[in-house]
Amino acid sequence: MDALDLARWQFGVTTVYHFLFVPLTIGLGVFVAGLQTAWHRTGKEHYLRLTKFFGKLFLINFGMGVVTGIVQEFQFGMNWSEYSIFVGDVFGAPLALEALLAFFLESTFLGLWIFGWDKLPKRVHLATIWAAVIGSNLSAYFILAANAWMKHPVGYEVVDGRARMTDLWAVLTNSTALAQVPHVVGGAFVVAGGFVLAVCGYRILRERRNDPADPGLTTPAREGSASMWRTPMRAALVMVAIAGVVVVGSGDTSARLLYEQQPMKLAAAEGLRHDTAGAPFSPVPGVEVPRLLSFLSTHDPNAVVQGTENLQATFEKQFGPGDYRPNLPVVYWSFRVMIVFGLSTVALAALGLWLTRRRRRTPRPPREIPAWFARACVLALPLPTIAIIAGWLLSEVGRQPWTVQGELLTAASVSPGVSLTEVAISLAIFTALYGVLALAEAVLLVRHVRTGPEPVSPDPLTRPSHDDEDRAARLQPTLMY
Amino acid sequence: MELTTFWFAVIAFLWTGYFVLEGFDFGVGMLAPVLSRNEAERKQVLGTIGPVWDGNEVWLITAVGAMFAAFPAWYAGLLSTFYLPIALVLVGLIVRGIGLEWRGKVHSSTGRARADLGILIGSFLPAFLWGAIFADLLHGSATAALAGGIFSLSLCVLHGAVFVALKTSGPVRSRARRTAMITSAVALPAAVVALSGIPGASASVSDWAAAPWLWACALAAMAALSAGIALTWRGRDGWAFAATASSIAGTGAALFGALSPAPLPGLTIAEAASGPYTLNVLTWIGLVALPFVLGYQAWSYWVFRKRLVAEVS
Ligand code: HDD
Ligand code: HEM
Ligand code: HEM
Repeated sequence: MDALDLARWQFGVTTVYHFLFVPLTIGLGVFVAGLQTAWHRTGKEHYLRLTKFFGKLFLINFGMGVVTGIVQEFQFGMNWSEYSIFVGDVFGAPLALEALLAFFLESTFLGLWIFGWDKLPKRVHLATIWAAVIGSNLSAYFILAANAWMKHPVGYEVVDGRARMTDLWAVLTNSTALAQVPHVVGGAFVVAGGFVLAVCGYRILRERRNDPADPGLTTPAREGSASMWRTPMRAALVMVAIAGVVVVGSGDTSARLLYEQQPMKLAAAEGLRHDTAGAPFSPVPGVEVPRLLSFLSTHDPNAVVQGTENLQATFEKQFGPGDYRPNLPVVYWSFRVMIVFGLSTVALAALGLWLTRRRRRTPRPPREIPAWFARACVLALPLPTIAIIAGWLLSEVGRQPWTVQGELLTAASVSPGVSLTEVAISLAIFTALYGVLALAEAVLLVRHVRTGPEPVSPDPLTRPSHDDEDRAARLQPTLMY
Repeated sequence: MELTTFWFAVIAFLWTGYFVLEGFDFGVGMLAPVLSRNEAERKQVLGTIGPVWDGNEVWLITAVGAMFAAFPAWYAGLLSTFYLPIALVLVGLIVRGIGLEWRGKVHSSTGRARADLGILIGSFLPAFLWGAIFADLLHGSATAALAGGIFSLSLCVLHGAVFVALKTSGPVRSRARRTAMITSAVALPAAVVALSGIPGASASVSDWAAAPWLWACALAAMAALSAGIALTWRGRDGWAFAATASSIAGTGAALFGALSPAPLPGLTIAEAASGPYTLNVLTWIGLVALPFVLGYQAWSYWVFRKRLVAEVS
């Protein structure tokens, strides 16, 4: 163990942790904005209740995304100072743009949304949540463009041992970024849709039991609102299905880009040791689909895919002695976990859409959601979350030993002046703190899901207008809405 | 103006804006237990920063992002040199942010007490450490770091108290004014010590007479602080807040003035800078975007401009 290993662990732990919350912020934000829009359009009260219910879950999660994100931004300078100096010119630019163009939008308008229910005209208030979610999605674009540059550096030249940007547009429209943004953002919508499905499934099961002694039930059950969960469930199913198509399409593009840009990662993902024409793909060890890997990576079943050993020899010639292979089992397994877990969520959504389809001609009430399906929906929370994390492991571990593919090794990226003890202390603190917070967040989310949506009375619209100085001043100084 | 100098000024502006805005957030976070006697008052105090603290924090994120983009070597050098203090600042920002976000969502008074503790510790750590870090950077001594930390801590408390006085009415407001007066007994001497050390520590000047404008900023900061205290005494909350904000702004100007042209020992702005292409594109994008950002942030302050009263439940 040296400072480098610990710095890598710290980066991995804190980034994976940040990314547990990010997908929900990205996808659930849009979902809540959609619910509020539906309320705005139809005036139906249950949309307002759902907006507030999911809005609260969204906010509990959002806080964690924000505070863990700050750590990420500082960490490049703290632990990876050589990396920062090498790439800052290119990599720093999207990061600065992210803060200026996206984070300000996100945080300011979210503040307005949370506290503005009674202070802003209804239409303006609706616009604030849309502005905030546009901010989140924009931030994803910038950070992913920065990350894509590490895999496929473009629009720069190296001067005096530092990368110098020559073309910002090339950085922002990097082919890798254009595949990665829809892939990751699509994945985020799968995760968020899965979260909504899990919540709806749980609520449906609970309300079916209809136990009068159940404190979490009183309000909704009395009002016969079991059907209240049907709409958000359908919406989430549609969201997962559409996002699933985007994820698969862009994943396919990613695989072809890997073939050109990061052949070592592709070979590692398949465990392919030697150059092979018509290379097969094995979904699990032992089972092989002939020619599928060649087909996936080039759309030509007979193409030659390079193997890790051959690439290793090539890289040694090009970059000097060293081991240029990533951690093979991690890359191999994360690839499979990503695809299998991700696709099963999408399949679940497709099934759900079929089960809940409308009855076309007969004016009978909509189909009941079967209990077994509601139960299966609870799985839609962990499955895509594991998939998206596995995707990042594939992407980041697969890039090793490079931080910037072909330009800068991870070993040369670390801060020379930071000692093993220092990293050990910070790693211990962050891990412990993050562990406690994860537990607290889980408890908080579960409690809120159990309690269920609260009745919305009085309707904010019928409250006194904000001309009434004294009343308005009293409105909601609480840190919630 | 050289593009590098311009970007140094931009970053100084972002940091200073951050200190002015989060300064009162930190103060409010630390004073919440002191200024409130019950849950309604606690909500009233924290409600003054509720809608705005996250937006204020983005000033830090932008300042640091801009450093990364415009002066990578400064960004990397500063954060890796002050590794553990920065890690503690981050811990503070985490527990404070979570406390503020979750306080209204937990179900029990234990949960609220934990959130309050997070807000307290999380406001204290960065308020003290930012001063300590920058003073250490300037002077390179532990005594200076301690003095700088006490100065920034007391200034945040004072600024926060003045802000609460401006944004509330009722008993909380009078307590806030009293607290501001008491805090000034620490803040004023700390300011004299810390601010008068800044011009002399600058690498750019060998004797203080050569840095008249650094002295001007430092003295203006002290004057504004005194004015803020006097105005609080007179009950002119709005002007008092403008004065403490100016005092922080003056401190920021003096600090970054003194850090120029060598923001880290042995590293000049020019050496730390990114290439002209990067600085150019960032300038154009920044010039277009910044007015919008400032505009909607100002609007959000305007929406929440009313004084808050304690809600009796
Ligand atoms: C695909 C999306 C994505 C990825 C890969 C990352 N983030 Fe992130 N980040 C977000 C998407 C996001 C977000 C959805 O926009 C968040 C989550 C909660 C929030 O407020 O914004 C966020 C929050 C967030 C914040 C706090 C913003 C605020 O206070 O409003 C910072 C400073 C960062 N991130 C920085 C980073 C860095 C330096 C990363 C690289 C290691 C990173 N994030 C990975
Ligand atoms: C949010 C999703 C991300 C996850 C889950 C993730 C995960 C990881 C993991 C697990 C490592 C350690 C790999 C190893 O040591 O073998 C790593 C390394 C690294 N990642 Fe990421 N990453 C993510 C996003 C990013 C982004 C967006 C960037 C850049 C903007 C980035 C930059 C880096 C750097 C600089 C390292 C260096 C440390 C190392 O290579 O060991 N990562 N990441
Ligand atoms: C058939 C389905 C899928 C295929 C073919 C696929 C393919 C890929 C490939 C090749 C990469 C590596 C790209 C790179 O490192 O540049 C990747 C990365 C990733 N995948 Fe997938 N994927 C699929 C499904 C999913 C699903 C369902 C999710 C999540 C819900 C997901 C999440 C991710 C993430 C987060 C990354 C890392 C970001 C990146 O490097 O682009 N993937 N995927």
